[in-house]
Amino acid sequence: MSIPMEHGLLLAGILFCIGLTGVIVRRNIIFILMSIEVMLNACGLAFITVGARWGAADGQIMFMLILTIAAAEVAVGLGLLLQVHRRFHSIDIDQASSLRG
Amino acid sequence: MILEQILFYVAATVSLVSTILAVTRHNASHALIYLIISLLASAIIFFLLGAPFAAILEVVIYAGAIMVLFVFVVMMLNLGAPGVNQEREWLRPSMWIFPAILTLVLFFEMVFVLSSSAVLLPGEEIGPKQVGLLLFGPYVLAVEIASMLLLAGLVGAYHLGRRYLDQDRGAG
Repeated sequence: MSIPMEHGLLLAGILFCIGLTGVIVRRNIIFILMSIEVMLNACGLAFITVGARWGAADGQIMFMLILTIAAAEVAVGLGLLLQVHRRFHSIDIDQASSLRG
Repeated sequence: MILEQILFYVAATVSLVSTILAVTRHNASHALIYLIISLLASAIIFFLLGAPFAAILEVVIYAGAIMVLFVFVVMMLNLGAPGVNQEREWLRPSMWIFPAILTLVLFFEMVFVLSSSAVLLPGEEIGPKQVGLLLFGPYVLAVEIASMLLLAGLVGAYHLGRRYLDQDRGAG
């Protein structure tokens, strides 16, 4: 195979930057969570690329740990999203800026 | 092998375009569909990089389970046309300029760091057996920590998902 390593890392970097822009720009909590998913997936892609570079399985193990973190983060984040929607009747992240409990 | 290279660049283009579309859509369900396409393209890239087990996990867990959670929540909230209009009001084009500049600076720094070497990937396949042997050998502590993290996520999601959470606000 003749895929250059830095092209894989470059793709991961572009995906991470798109996700980061999404987190900064969007105000809708669903889109912020989706952008965080994009960023986590880009990290996984970087790990897999580097693992393939040295022929080691460690990259895939790190990808699985990232998958675990993504699953836990989405479960808790969507629970918080439902609570914010129930309490403020809006999914605007700025509504939840006071944290007064 | 030129075929693998072509497949890699096609999948990378699909992944980039669908991710950009997913982040910029006004309608949440359209964005979710684009995000699923992006994750499937990532799975193809994992397969081409010689990680078939990670590709399968990407399809089953990421594009399957996690995205289904998103779809359920979008359906539960039932935003519809008012949500799209609200999103259009929030998301003016001028809001994109400053964050885009910031992330482009970071991106070009990363490109500058990465452009120093020219290494081709060996492309040997790392099967599930190797991954499993390593996962339950040296990395068994990481598996335990991941299980505790999942348990904490389960408890947290159960607590936050309760319908009567705002009734006992004074008790906690």
